[in-house]
Amino acid sequence: MPVITYRQALNETLREELRRDENVFLMGEEIGIFEGSYKVTAGLLQEFGPKRVVDTPIAEEGFVGMAAGAAMLGLRPVVEIMTINFILLAIDQIVNHAAKIHYMFGGQSSVPMVIRTPGGGGQQLAATHSQNFEAWFAYVPGLKVLVPSTPYDAKGMLRSAIRDNDPVIFIENLALYNTRGEVPENGDYTIPIGEAEVKRTGTDLTIVAYSRMTVLALDVARRLEEEEGLSIEVVDLRSLRPLDKPTIVNSVKKTNRAVILEEDWRSYGIGAEIAATIQEEAFDYLDAPVRRVAGVEVPLPYAKVLERAALPSAQHLIDAIHQTLVGTR
Amino acid sequence: MSEIATEARMNIATNNQRNLAEEDAEQLRHYYHQMLLIRRFEERTGEMYTKARIGGYCHLNLGEEATIVGLMAGIQPQDYIFTNYREHGYILARGVSPGVVMAELFGKDTGVSRGRGGSMHLFDRATNFMGGYAIVGGQIPLAVGAAFALKYQEREGVVICQMGDATTNIGAWHEALNMAKLYQLPVIFLVVNNGYGMGTTVERGSAEPELYKKGCAHRIHGERVDGKDVLTMRDVTRRLRERAQHEGEPAILEAISYRFRGHSVVDPARYRSEEEVRQGRADDPIQRYAQALLNAQFIDDAWLKHMADQVEREVQEAIDFANDSPDPQVEDLFTFMYATPVANTPGASDAVAAALIAERGT
Ligand SMILES: Cc1ncc(C[n+]2csc(CCOP(=O)(O)OP(=O)(O)O)c2C)c(N)n1
Ligand SMILES: [Mg+2]
Repeated sequence: MPVITYRQALNETLREELRRDENVFLMGEEIGIFEGSYKVTAGLLQEFGPKRVVDTPIAEEGFVGMAAGAAMLGLRPVVEIMTINFILLAIDQIVNHAAKIHYMFGGQSSVPMVIRTPGGGGQQLAATHSQNFEAWFAYVPGLKVLVPSTPYDAKGMLRSAIRDNDPVIFIENLALYNTRGEVPENGDYTIPIGEAEVKRTGTDLTIVAYSRMTVLALDVARRLEEEEGLSIEVVDLRSLRPLDKPTIVNSVKKTNRAVILEEDWRSYGIGAEIAATIQEEAFDYLDAPVRRVAGVEVPLPYAKVLERAALPSAQHLIDAIHQTLVGTR
Repeated sequence: MSEIATEARMNIATNNQRNLAEEDAEQLRHYYHQMLLIRRFEERTGEMYTKARIGGYCHLNLGEEATIVGLMAGIQPQDYIFTNYREHGYILARGVSPGVVMAELFGKDTGVSRGRGGSMHLFDRATNFMGGYAIVGGQIPLAVGAAFALKYQEREGVVICQMGDATTNIGAWHEALNMAKLYQLPVIFLVVNNGYGMGTTVERGSAEPELYKKGCAHRIHGERVDGKDVLTMRDVTRRLRERAQHEGEPAILEAISYRFRGHSVVDPARYRSEEEVRQGRADDPIQRYAQALLNAQFIDDAWLKHMADQVEREVQEAIDFANDSPDPQVEDLFTFMYATPVANTPGASDAVAAALIAERGT
C-alpha cells in the first residue's frame, strides 16, 4: 500500500468526492487561489473551477450559515474554517441552526454539510491560535463530530462525512498534516461514523485517545512494551459524537485500568465524559482510579518552555500509566 | 416615536389612488380573504394562549397582514421563504392549511413541524416555506445560502428572507448582504419595519433609521414601501423579484407597518403611548383595503359579512383540528435526531424509559 501524508489523504478525498458528485462543493477563506492556509485544497481550484471551489470573504458566521442553507436545498458543501479558533464566530449557525434544523422541523429538511477545520497546539501560535474546541461541539445533539488520527482514517472518515446527510464537524490537527501512513490507492472504503477502533490490543491497561493524542498513545504503548514489557491497549475514539461507549467499556472490562489522553483542557473536557462513562458502566471492573492526562488550564503561552509545560506529553502519559499500575508489578 | 422617525416613516411609496379597474376581481377578493384569515387566526391564537392551549413564546402578525399577503402575491411557487419567529401569517398566506399550523402551536403530532418546533419554528417543505427562526438574524445566512444553491443548480426562483427592523442591526445581516452582492444571488431581504424590536424603537437601535438604505455599503438597492398597502407590496415585490431572478441583483424591501399588540402575547407594551397605539391601529390595513374594494364596487357589505363568517368558521375548524389531534408519541423522542442513522445513538427504548420516569413524577 502506498504511504501518503494526512494532508494528501484529505486532498485526495476532496478531489475524489468533487469528481463523484456534482452537488459537492468547497467553500472557505483562501481555499482557492491561495490553495488553503495548510494547502489541504491545493490544486482543486485549478481542476474544478470557481463554481466548485468557492473563495469566501472573512465572514465565518455568514458563509457557514450559507453552507447550511445551501445544504437545505440539496447541495453538499464542505466548508473549511482556517483553524478551529475562528469557528467561534460561526457557532450560532452551527449550534442554533445546522444542528437543529432536521429535528426541530420534524425531519423535513436535512443539512448535509461538513465543516473541516484543524485544531491543536504546539506550534508556538499562542493563546488565540492553539485551541481544542471539540468538546464544545461534541456537546451538541444534532451534530456529528469526527477526529481522525491517521491518513487512512482521515480518508475513510472524510468520505463518510461528505456522504452523510447531517452536519459533521471534521476536526483535523495542525501537527498531523505531515504525518504519514498507508492508504490504499483506489479503494473506495469508508469508515462508519460513531465507531471507535482498538488501534492496539493489550491486557494491562487501556489508553483512550483521539486525533494527535492517539499517535502519542501508540508511541508510548510501543515504548513501554519494549522497555517494561507492558501490554497496553489503545482505543482511538475517531468519533466524539456519537461516542462509541461499548468499545471503551469492553476494553476497560478486559484491562481493568484506564488512562485518558486528550489535548483539550481537563475540566469539562472530553476526558471527563469518558471517565464518567467508565465509572457508570464498568465500575466493578476497575482496579484503579481512571486517570486523565490533559492540557493545563491556561491560555496557551507563546514561549517554547511554557508551551511545552502546558501541553500533554509522552512523559505525562508515562507517569499516569505508572501511577495507575502501582502495585501490579 | 420620535419626530424624525415619524417623518421618515411617512416618506413611503404608496398608491392609494390606484386604478383597480385593471385588477382581477377574484384575486382582489382572495387577498382580502387571506388578510382576514391571518387577523382572525392571530386573534384566536392569542386567546388560545391565555387558555394555556399554546405554550412558550408566541408572536403575532396583527397589523402586518397586508405586508404578508402582498409579499406572497408577488412571488412564485418555486420561490423559497425564510422568516423570523413572527411567522404564522406567512405560512398561512403561502397556502398551508390553518389546521396544521394551529396544531403546531398546540404541540401536536399533526403540526407542520410534528410538534417539535412550536410557534417560532414553523416549516413546510411542500410550499418551500423553509422555516421560522428564533435567533435574531439566524435565517439570513441560511436564506443567502439557499439563493446560492438556486444559482449553483441553475434553477428558476428567488429566496425571500424576511426579518424585523431591529434585525438590521445584527452582524450576520451585514456579512450576508456582502456575500449576496459579491456572488450576485437572487435574494430579497424583506425588512418588516413595525416600529419596534421588543421595546426598542427603530431610531434607538439603528444609527440609520431609514433601513432600506442600510445595504449601501454593499451596493445593494433598497426601497421603502407602505406595508399596509397590499397591492403596493405585491407590485414592488414582483418588480424586485424580476431583478433578482434575471439580473442576479439582491434587494432590500422595507415595509412600513405597525405592530398592533405587544412584542409577544404576554407583553403589555407599556413603553408605547396610548395615543401612538391608537393612531397605529386607526390605519388598519384590512379596513383600508376593504374600503378601497367597496369604493370600487368589487364587494359589498353582504360579501364582507359572508367573508367574516367564513373566516370565523375556518379558524374554528383549525382550532378543532388542533384540539382533536394526537400528541407526538414518546417513542419518537429521538426520531428526527439524524437524517442518516449511525451507530451508538439513542433510540425508541431509551425514549420510552425516559418518558416512563417522567410520567411517574407527574
Ligand atoms: C440573537 C438574539 N438576541 C436576542 C433575542 C431576543 N429577541 C427576540 S425578538 C427580539 C426583537 C426583534 O425585533 P425585530 O427584528 O424588529 O422583529 P419583530 O419582533 O418586531 O418582528 C429580540 C431582542 C433573540 N431571539 N436572538
Ligand atoms: Mg420590529
